[in-house]
Amino acid sequence: MHFNEIPLLFVLIGLVLYTVLAGADFGAGFWQLTAGSGERGERIRDHAHHSMATVWEANHVWLIFVLTVFWTAYPTAFGSIASTLCVALFIAAVGIIFRGAAYALRAGTETAREARTVDLVAALSSILTPFALGAAVGGIASRRVPVGNAAGNLITSWLNPTSILIGVLAVATSAYLAAVYLAADAARLGDRDLEQRFRMRALGAGLAGGAIAMGGLVVLHADAHPLYDRLLAGTGLPALIISVLAGLTTLGLVWVRRFEPARYTAALAVAAIIAGWALAQRPSLLPGLTIAQAVAPHETLVAVIIAVLAGAAILFPSLGLLFKLTLSGRLEHGEDKGDNQDKQRPAHQGQIPIQITPARAALSPTARPGLSIRLAAACLIMGVGFLTFAEAGWAHLIGVVALLGFIAIGFVAVAPGEVAEQGTADVQDGRLG
Amino acid sequence: MLAAFALVPVQQSYLLQARQMQALSFSVHIPLVCFGIALPAIILYAEWRFLRTGDPLYRVLAQRWTRIMAALFAVGVITGTILSFEMGLLWPNFTATFGSVFGLGFAVEGFSFFIEAIFIGIYVYGWDRLSPRAHFASGIPMALSGITGSLMVIAVNGWMNHPTGFRLVGGKAVDVHPFKALFENSYFWHELVHMYLAGYIVTGFLLAGAYAIGRMRGKWGRYERTALAIPLTIAALVAPVQILVGDWAAREVAKTQPLKLAAIEGLAHTTKGAPEHLLGWYSGGQVKYGIAIPKMLSLLAFHNPNATVTGLDSVPPDERPPDVNVVRVAFQTMVGIGTLLALLAVGYLATLYRRKRLPESAWFYRVLALAGPLSVVALIAGWVTTEVGRQPWVVYGVMHTSEAVTGAGGIPIGYGALALIYVGVGLAVVWILRRLARAPLDLPEGPAES
Repeated sequence: MHFNEIPLLFVLIGLVLYTVLAGADFGAGFWQLTAGSGERGERIRDHAHHSMATVWEANHVWLIFVLTVFWTAYPTAFGSIASTLCVALFIAAVGIIFRGAAYALRAGTETAREARTVDLVAALSSILTPFALGAAVGGIASRRVPVGNAAGNLITSWLNPTSILIGVLAVATSAYLAAVYLAADAARLGDRDLEQRFRMRALGAGLAGGAIAMGGLVVLHADAHPLYDRLLAGTGLPALIISVLAGLTTLGLVWVRRFEPARYTAALAVAAIIAGWALAQRPSLLPGLTIAQAVAPHETLVAVIIAVLAGAAILFPSLGLLFKLTLSGRLEHGEDKGDNQDKQRPAHQGQIPIQITPARAALSPTARPGLSIRLAAACLIMGVGFLTFAEAGWAHLIGVVALLGFIAIGFVAVAPGEVAEQGTADVQDGRLG
Repeated sequence: MLAAFALVPVQQSYLLQARQMQALSFSVHIPLVCFGIALPAIILYAEWRFLRTGDPLYRVLAQRWTRIMAALFAVGVITGTILSFEMGLLWPNFTATFGSVFGLGFAVEGFSFFIEAIFIGIYVYGWDRLSPRAHFASGIPMALSGITGSLMVIAVNGWMNHPTGFRLVGGKAVDVHPFKALFENSYFWHELVHMYLAGYIVTGFLLAGAYAIGRMRGKWGRYERTALAIPLTIAALVAPVQILVGDWAAREVAKTQPLKLAAIEGLAHTTKGAPEHLLGWYSGGQVKYGIAIPKMLSLLAFHNPNATVTGLDSVPPDERPPDVNVVRVAFQTMVGIGTLLALLAVGYLATLYRRKRLPESAWFYRVLALAGPLSVVALIAGWVTTEVGRQPWVVYGVMHTSEAVTGAGGIPIGYGALALIYVGVGLAVVWILRRLARAPLDLPEGPAES
């Protein structure tokens, strides 16, 4: 592997994680769409929402990662892809708006009917975004995105046989991943009924996805022959085989209710197919543009690689913590509607407030109100002097720090909590008289 | 050889619509950024008070604000995603040419955003499941990443206004030093501090304003008073400081972007001892109907009443900011509102100091209810000043905005669709906030009330 390709490897890893994690989130929306009405449908929709609520935001950030690393390391390719595929990307963006808005809105729903309406919005995104992003990938894979500012056809670059195939496959894959994950979650929660229903959905979606993929080879043969050749006969073949095997293994695991390992084999099947595409297309990014030609200057690559590795060192432990807490049930499922709070409250009754040490007492505004006011005033005067009347950069730094000190010490001096305890004269019993 | 793979500028008849679409996307996102900057810290303060005093009021306060934060963060995630899409959808040539220079800032911002999303998930859903200390601790990375994220984005904006760290050869950035471009840039510090303080002003006044409206409707228990006093005190301390920081920012603009300053003032000709005009309208090379204060501009910008201030005519017409009145009106709106907010703040602080209690005048609360929306107007006006004032450049002095724009057609369709969707998102945000506010207070009766 060449140095030039390391950021691309990061992008592909991000794309796999986005497909697997955010894909499952979108897929959960798909099952909400098809859940039907009534109490049974409501349980499916609630389960789909609650399973995803704690992690969906983090899952979606993978797309930001993919975009930013790609445009930093391969800017020309990014500009060409984004401008030619703008319609597909815009549709994907609209789907993402719907997804996030639906999440925000669900916290405020009070009736089952409201929740159903909101879920419908989320469900729309489950079709729009995976399809549009898959279609965009199809446009790149079938060599319909030339180098240049919107140099390709704005419509046929993403509405063509290969794009439609990959778009539909993306929707099916999302639904499949979601069903596997939701069945695993239901099994973990000990809900046999939900587990069984998502198991059947997983099997159905898995078989449908497999059938689309197999049938799709015919489409690739006709529409994207170079890709077809290299997937079936060239460098992409091992990845294709791994993907098929992992897909079949997942079906078997779901059949025998081994959902936890099925999560990982399902993810492997998706990862392998993305790897297969990358291997089949290597070393070309776009027609007439190789990775070596598209790559950013050396110093940028070094900076990106350092930033990504350093970021990953912080990210993965954090992500591990989030998933561990979520999967062990230590994070509350969904928005509490009041009842959870009461249930959990006793756990906090016995907790001890932090001890007030002498140092804290000295800083406390009730102890020395005059001192903190004088300190705040001194900071303000110093801030004005260094920021407003001095010219040098270092002086401005001191000035800013002094002004931030004024805000912090001033806050301590005001002690808004204590001020608010004094009921104003016109107030009786907490209500305006 | 490399230059052969650069994108070339194209004729785009909807450049203005592309700029407006970008401006719309920013205007929707930036108020949400304010909450991302300030709200986690304010919530953590309330939670800290609860841990320290055991007073359940602070726990309820922190929990209710957490729900607001969760909803607004979700909307911020999507509006921020739209912005990163638009880097390619609207300005592919900008990204294609300079992605290698500024892109690093966004890549690091991506990680910051990750940490924020992860710990918001833990914080929001961990309220009743984690130990109090672990829960409080999970809020700290959430608050810090809100700051680092905006730092990265503003570093990129600082670079666009004051580009360094590369050379342009044949339309291609070479000799690129991304760290130097982003962080050794002297120009972005004032922007960062200015925006960071704005985050506290907007969040503080909007939050306090909501309880001011509640007071008009008779809701004024100890809970509401505390909920108003905390954000209001923060905003009131920050608002006067913002004037000093804004003045610093203006002096930096005068040094680095003299034409932006000329557009802000409407100064057509390079002038020694330049006056400052309050209000008025720029037309035919002068400000009409304004109130002129002699030598004031020279004094403010350079601390010298006889300093020479560069005018718009110092460069050819195609390098001058095309929308002088947009920049002027936006700047004066920002300064006007900022001054009003600072006066309100000083009034509040004086009442606290002299009477040791919250103000009682109904007028104070009426003005306070308006202060939140006004602070958002000032925020957006400030960004209009710096972004429209940078025109016609996307990268100051290096690339025209018209060279950056996409060659794709249909911009008005995308613009219209996005505007419609954002109206829907805006209504949704109002609906959810009203719903969250309506939820009954879960406070133990008796001792919590004074």
